[in-house]
Amino acid sequence: MYTKDGEQYFIVDSHIHFWDGTPANQANRYGEGFLNCFYDYHRNLSPETELWSLEHFQKQTEADLMHDLFEVGYVDTAIFQPTYLTDFFVNGFNTTEQDGALAEKHPDKFLVNGAWDPRDGEAGLAALEQLVERWQPRGVKLYTAEWKGESKGWKLSDPWSYRYLEKCRELGIRNIHVHKGPTIYPLNRDSFDVADVDEAATAFPDLNFIIEHVGLPRLEDFCWIATQEPNVYGGLAVAMPFIHSRPRYFAQIIGELLYWLDENRITFASDYAIWTPKWLVEKFVDFQIPPDLQSEYGVLTADIKRKILGLNAARLYDIPVPSEARVSEPAVHAAVGSETNEEVLTS
Amino acid sequence: MTTTAVGPESAVWRALGTVLDPELDEPITDLDFVASLEVRDHEVFVDLRLPTYFCAPNFAYLMVADAHDVLTGLPGITRVRVRLLDHFAADEINAGVAAGDGFDASFPGLATGELDELRRTFLRKAHIAYQEKLASRLLRSGCTQEELVRVRLRDLEDSRELAKLRRRREQLGLPSQDDAPLLLDDRGEPVEVDTLPVRLRFARTTRVSIEANAGWCRGLLSTRYGGEDRDLHPRQLE
Repeated sequence: MYTKDGEQYFIVDSHIHFWDGTPANQANRYGEGFLNCFYDYHRNLSPETELWSLEHFQKQTEADLMHDLFEVGYVDTAIFQPTYLTDFFVNGFNTTEQDGALAEKHPDKFLVNGAWDPRDGEAGLAALEQLVERWQPRGVKLYTAEWKGESKGWKLSDPWSYRYLEKCRELGIRNIHVHKGPTIYPLNRDSFDVADVDEAATAFPDLNFIIEHVGLPRLEDFCWIATQEPNVYGGLAVAMPFIHSRPRYFAQIIGELLYWLDENRITFASDYAIWTPKWLVEKFVDFQIPPDLQSEYGVLTADIKRKILGLNAARLYDIPVPSEARVSEPAVHAAVGSETNEEVLTS
Repeated sequence: MTTTAVGPESAVWRALGTVLDPELDEPITDLDFVASLEVRDHEVFVDLRLPTYFCAPNFAYLMVADAHDVLTGLPGITRVRVRLLDHFAADEINAGVAAGDGFDASFPGLATGELDELRRTFLRKAHIAYQEKLASRLLRSGCTQEELVRVRLRDLEDSRELAKLRRRREQLGLPSQDDAPLLLDDRGEPVEVDTLPVRLRFARTTRVSIEANAGWCRGLLSTRYGGEDRDLHPRQLE
């Protein structure tokens, strides 16, 4: 819980990792390149006081994570989003098992999500059943740009993806976190295009699709599908840290999201350990849309911030929220202006 | 053998300045993607660099191939070598461009065609963003929506955005002459006033997305290779 100026904020960090990016676990130059790319993200967007050494960035201890999130980071509940990357890292980068071991030690603090890959076929469906039995995840994290041997990615609209989404439905997994990355088959198309999520979200209206990084670098494509699909959400991992060095872009990104999605479908995340929640929470609570942009974007109220920082994710994951951190007006699912917009822009 | 120092005034630098990052719609020379440029007698050697090891390989290929093409077309140049550095697919891209085999052949089994449609997708996004910039400027100066849909290119003052808008239209095969309307959809049809507000709204989201992405890319490049992060002092939105 974070308290400022008499307002209380319940914090759900909805995208965190407990990874091993050490050289010993890097399987090849791709693993090294991946970790170093993350480290550049960290170095570029963190305030100077929050910068880590490369060594510390490669792997954190359990004590580091507990400190950064819960002792100083104001987080009430954190959600592990696994990223296997087994072609890049010997034991995987950040697996459900690694995360789950920690979640079991601190059941009041963590939720652990699973993952699947449609290219694993029937065997993967059976493995998903076992994973769910073992860890009871309420969500899965999917990385469509993951390499697997000769394959350089997959789509959510692939026939096998639908089999896995049906399996999620059957197993009671409701939250599908989708992370787009730069390599995906076929390489001659835009790999950040979220059109496949649009199709899947239409086909599975009872599942929630949380697009990580709010579709960046294709914010417009993401906003476009989110206006039409009420079950599409935007996760703020990677967008959040813009608040420090690029506050104007941050204001514009948030403003666009609030316009196209409304305040009930945006969720806070630090993307730990790329960034840490403490400064992100503090700066977001203090943040306001710059005066010259307010006529376009309006202002951020304490209730909007409360929803983004925790209440929206709490709703998706049935996390109980103390009464003092709730908002008076309940969230409504809405797809803003869907019919008119579609008619206009596709006519 | 004579090695010529190559400055911003040289023909080769100016030629490279016509090569755009298709995603950001900015010249690779402005983005600081040119790591080195050398001219020896009639031969040009260029090294390019990108903000991350995992930047999308299709855009990377376009920049390397475009750089190769514009330099090859220069008078007096007999040999061109363009090399991408520090990228996961550098070997495939460099070999593919040098051999002139095309993108599909550079990534056997991983592509289903060339990059023309991808390039057009981003030319369209850039075109939308420039229209929005110019239109917003007019609306702020008191132009009504009814007037805006009737504005022709000849009615606009000269500006960087107008020049770029005309260029993107030429590349997309859309009307770019003085009597062409400022507001055209992707097919080149004039925009109706009743669809204008949502169109401008979406165009603004596209512009914000491109600008935020360009800023992030500049920042990552400076983190990766040193140098000033010019984006930390961004131009004010006009």
